Amino acid sequence: MAIDNAARDSAETRLAKALFGFKLRDNAFHLLTLAAAWTVLLLLGGVIVSLVAGSMPAIKAFGFNFLTSEAWNPVTEKFGAMAPIYGTVVTSLIAMIIAVPIGLGIAVFLTELCPYVLRRPIGIAIELLAGIPSIIYGIWGLFVLAPFVQEHIQPGLIAFFADVPVLSMLFAGPPYGIGMLTAGVILAIMVLPIMSSISRDVFETVPAVLKESAFGIGCTTWEVVRFIVIPYTKVGIIGGVMLGLGRALGETMAVTFVIGNAHKITASLLAPGTTISATIANEFTEAVGDLYTSALIELGLILFVITFFILAISRYMLMRMHQQEGR
Amino acid sequence: MTLFLRTSLAAVAISVVTGLSAVAMDISGAGATFPFPIYAKWADTYKKETGNGLNYQSIGSGGGIKQIKAKTVTFGASDMPLKPEELMEAGLVQFPTVTGGDVPVVNLEGIKPGELVLDGPTIAKIFLGEIKTWDDPAIKKLNPKAKLPSQAIVVVHRSDGSGTTFIWTDYLSKVSPDWKSKVGASTAVEWPAGIGAKGNEGVANNVIQTKGAIGYVEYAYAKQNKMTYTDLINKDGKSVAPDAESFKAAAANADWANAPGFYQILTDQPGAKSWPIAGATFILMHKVPEDAAAASEALKFFAWAYDKGDKAAEELDYVPLPDSVVALIKKTWAAEIKSADGKPLLN
Repeated sequence: MAIDNAARDSAETRLAKALFGFKLRDNAFHLLTLAAAWTVLLLLGGVIVSLVAGSMPAIKAFGFNFLTSEAWNPVTEKFGAMAPIYGTVVTSLIAMIIAVPIGLGIAVFLTELCPYVLRRPIGIAIELLAGIPSIIYGIWGLFVLAPFVQEHIQPGLIAFFADVPVLSMLFAGPPYGIGMLTAGVILAIMVLPIMSSISRDVFETVPAVLKESAFGIGCTTWEVVRFIVIPYTKVGIIGGVMLGLGRALGETMAVTFVIGNAHKITASLLAPGTTISATIANEFTEAVGDLYTSALIELGLILFVITFFILAISRYMLMRMHQQEGR
Repeated sequence: MTLFLRTSLAAVAISVVTGLSAVAMDISGAGATFPFPIYAKWADTYKKETGNGLNYQSIGSGGGIKQIKAKTVTFGASDMPLKPEELMEAGLVQFPTVTGGDVPVVNLEGIKPGELVLDGPTIAKIFLGEIKTWDDPAIKKLNPKAKLPSQAIVVVHRSDGSGTTFIWTDYLSKVSPDWKSKVGASTAVEWPAGIGAKGNEGVANNVIQTKGAIGYVEYAYAKQNKMTYTDLINKDGKSVAPDAESFKAAAANADWANAPGFYQILTDQPGAKSWPIAGATFILMHKVPEDAAAASEALKFFAWAYDKGDKAAEELDYVPLPDSVVALIKKTWAAEIKSADGKPLLN
């Protein structure tokens, strides 16, 4: 009996030890991952704090006027963010209008219609597009796209819409080649890979049985895409669109090359404009004086806030959609 | 300056410099992009001759001024000279190294380099957006023989802050009261007209691509790219072409001896041969540097550059300073840059 007891005791202690070890390791792992998660929050907080601290001189000097003023005069140190904000929003909108339908189209083609042999090459080509550094898009835009747009697209647009009431204002003025429209087109090309590869990935998550049943009851491919694939994946699609929008809002180098960098708000999409990130990239190195630098940092803060709100709105939209689905 | 900026700049400087500062006696400098090619060339030859290297980071004049004020580099470089009172306040000494300047470039069918002549007030009106076409009477009057088309003028300017822009706008401010009151002079201004392009290459490319365009680029850039430049009418009313001779004339005719802190902008200088939009590029150093050894190395380097670097500068289309100015600079070093115990750093 004594021997049995002794054996059981040692087995129990070993078990207890082993369990304790597991617990310890689990706790350590928990702490480690928790720390990693907190690092992100701390970094984000650090960014916000330093942006706000850096913008304080400009906030004190201009107050709310900074958001509504179109002035950008480094000589007299009068700064306003209206023109860059306008340019950022308009170029991103143009990019979305072009890229969303094309991106979705590519994804639908790749998942539903494309012959198997072509899927991989096309998929890889799209991912290669995503891997091209933005400066290369910028140079390509400046040397190839802008002259092409100037010679072949803008004169046509100006002539075609000359007599249409609202559109004649959107497409007015001399064809410079560079300007808001060209910047929007470059952005569209740059966000296209993100949108199409994310949509393709989520389209592939649609259970084959759903599609098969739809085809089984006589649906056409169009109907399957429209009523099965897209409703099933709309959350993912919106996520992809928002990621693309995020990139379009913050994209810097490519835009700087082709937007024309004028601190002006013009109705015409062909006119030169500027964006928040292009302004910062252009002017930071030679910004002499604290107020000038501070105004640039405040622009950065504004971009941060805009991106934050867009992400928040998209989260909210996704939440609403989940709730509606629940009913 | 806020703590945030100072620390972030220091961080940038450290990350920029550490990668290159393996050799102990390297001199570190940062600033203007315009003189970067010649500083790099000098540094290369200097290293071969003496074994001492130079890290020059071309981060822009504004960056150079900030870095030298934050004491993260041995010298800062700027195309826009600091005013004497600003130098005083920061305890800095300033001296020019080489000169260059701006050249107006155009894209007009049938017009060859040097066939067109412009003057300051006319350029100011073009850049203000008041002269809108090439066959404007003001341009015709200056060029009675040229065939000027009735084409819209597309103004192209720099979008990034730049010493080239400072020289350009400083010149326009000197010759046009309108420009002075409406726009002013700085490395970046609120442009009344035209499109902005990044860098000399961006301006050049936009001018080349756009018919009827006028822009300004740095002299070496216009020359190396064989762009269609225009002649200019200078302060003495003479028409001059942009070349080494006219840049040298502008530098030689400037009154350096009576410019405290070498605060001398070479635009609109007198003299029959002076190119009106010339400018020098400057070095900034502390009067009492924290690291006296590095500062004395930097001074040795610049002394060597003044003595032996002229040929290299000319090859890169920079214009060396006249000997009289170099003598003034060396005098200033001896009198103003000192170690903590008051001894001049360069013997």
